[in-house]
Parts: sequence; C-alpha cells; structure tokens
Amino acid sequence: MKKYAELFFTFAKIGVMTFGGGMAMLPMLQREIIENKHWTTEDELADYYAIGQCTPGIIAVNTATFIGNSIAGPIGGIVATLGVVFPSLIIITFLANIIQRYSEMPIVKSAFAGIQVAVCVLIFNSVMKLAKRSVIDKITAVIFAAIILAGYFLNVSPVIFIIIAAVVGMLIKLKEVRA
Amino acid sequence: MMNIYLRLIYEFFKIGLFSIGGGMATLPFLAHLGENTGWFSYADLMNMLAVSESTPGPIGINMATYVGFSVGGITGGILATLGEVAPAIIIILIIASFLTKFRENKYVDSAFYGLRPASTGLIGSAGLSIVIEVMFSGTGTLGIKWKAVILALIIWFLSNKFKYTKNWHPICFIGICAVVGIVLGF
Repeated sequence: MKKYAELFFTFAKIGVMTFGGGMAMLPMLQREIIENKHWTTEDELADYYAIGQCTPGIIAVNTATFIGNSIAGPIGGIVATLGVVFPSLIIITFLANIIQRYSEMPIVKSAFAGIQVAVCVLIFNSVMKLAKRSVIDKITAVIFAAIILAGYFLNVSPVIFIIIAAVVGMLIKLKEVRA
Repeated sequence: MMNIYLRLIYEFFKIGLFSIGGGMATLPFLAHLGENTGWFSYADLMNMLAVSESTPGPIGINMATYVGFSVGGITGGILATLGEVAPAIIIILIIASFLTKFRENKYVDSAFYGLRPASTGLIGSAGLSIVIEVMFSGTGTLGIKWKAVILALIIWFLSNKFKYTKNWHPICFIGICAVVGIVLGF
C-alpha cells in the first residue's frame, strides 16, 4: 500500500512540474525517478520513451505505466498513471470554470484571438520537429503529404488514415526486407 | 441517443487508441470530434489547446480534461481523461511483458514506418485548418488577416531563429500573443 501511495504522489509531482508535451516530462523523470528514487536507469528510461512514442496514447501516460509496472506490477502501472493525470484534472477543471465565466468579456476575447496566432505557430513548430523523426525518405514524405491533404479535404475519421498508414507501412517495409 | 458520459468515454478511448506520438497527436481527432458532434468549434479547441500548453500537466491529458469538462462538466472531464488513458495502460502492460521482442519485431517496426509520418501528417492537416481559420478567413483580398499573419511570422522567427528567444517555453509566446491581441484589439 505504501508503495502505491509513493508511486501516486511521485507521479503527481511529475505531472505538476511538466509544462507542455510528454517530452517536457523527461528532465523531471530523470530527476525524480532515476536520481531521487533509483526506480530505473537511464537506459531503461530511454527504452520506455522510445516505445512510448511509437505506441498509441500519450507519451507521459505510456512512460508512467511502464515505470509503475516495473516497480509494483500492473496495479503499480495504473496507480502511476492516475498520479500523472491527477494534477491536470484539478487544475484544468478549475481554470475551465473560470474561463467559461469570463469568456464573453472583450478583453478576454482579444487575448484569445492573439493567443490563437501563437497556437498556429506552436503547432507548426511541433509538426516540423516530429517530421524530422518521422519523414525519413521519399515514401514517408509521400505518406506525410498525402495525409495532410486527405485530412484537410476529406471529412473522414483520422482512425481510417492511421489504419491505412499502418498497412501501407507494413506492405512496403516487409516487401523491402524480402527483396 | 447515447448517454453523454458513455459517449465521452467511448470517443476518448478511441482517441487514446489511435493517436500515436504524444499529446499533440490527439488534436486531429479532437477536431474531428468537434466537427461531428457540434460539441465545440475550432476556435474553442484552439483556446483549449492554448490553455493546455500554458498549464502544468501533459498537453494530451489537459486537453482531454478540458474538452470533457466543456461537454459534460466535472464528471465529463474525469471520464474523458480516464477513457483516453485506458487503452495506453492496457497496451503498455501487455508490451511490458515482452519489451525487447516488441521493439525488434519486424511487423511492428514496419507498421510504424507508415504510422509515424501519417500521425505527423494528421497534426499537419489539423494545423492547416487552424491556420486558414486564424489567418485567411477575413473579408479582404484572399481573406488575409494581416495583423495575424505578421504576428505569426514574428512568433515563428522568435521561436525558431532568434537565438535569445528560440529556447523559450511556449507559454512565453502565448503570453506575448495575448498581450498583443489585447493591445492591438484582435
């Protein structure tokens, strides 16, 4: 029981200190999990991150589940994940409440209109960063471009694109290996 | 008519299952969800994204909580978040039992060869819709909103090229744009 509580609060602390995506969580994980608690090693953490990035779900959650599981079994994985999402639940619910109340004020509207411009740039930056890792040759460049256009023009669930891309990836890569 | 809470769990479970590569990858799914259900607009989603970037916690979780809250109150926020993390927990617990084999499996590896650029492309297409709405939906020539376009170029420069500011946290750029929005009356 004590172990679960420790997992929960350690990951809640990491959740509070993470600003941004799962990548932003890495330095906090290194400090808390490796240096303070000695729950895992740099190498293991790198593995968890690599797998966390290429499996479904949010990287932060994937990593928390891995570490929790390795320390206290499947329940540990669940507890660590609940810990990492706990601060978000509290903070966002609180903020959403306030924003909802003041969202019709002109000054708040202007501020958010400005913020939307920042959001555009941040999304663009994050696509560029991800593309460096994922668009590695001609075929992946074609998949990337095709999905941008298809995603924009067709009103189809992204789920369909993800499934097609996985199948295409398999067909192309497995054929290459055989050839 | 499906109960709104069940619907939230179902939709966010699906998002958690199919979005690959971090919190931003949930954006195209959320955009599609808003479009189909009418629960929130693109503009709402962008505001939620800005708040999620500027508050503690992983972006993906913050967005799930925010969207869930705006649709179904406090319970909605909790259920959406739990729905989104459930598939990841299940999948990771399974993978953890044969960790190294998973990484070296040729089927997994080849599927991800296609999945990674597709996931990035999906974020790109959501980004494209947002850029068009924010910068090219005005009333003038080609709908160009000059104030927004110029501000975007400046922020792009500051966040990528200018050595004193390019390592700043996104929250700084969000703050700058909020102030500019108020001062210039966006």
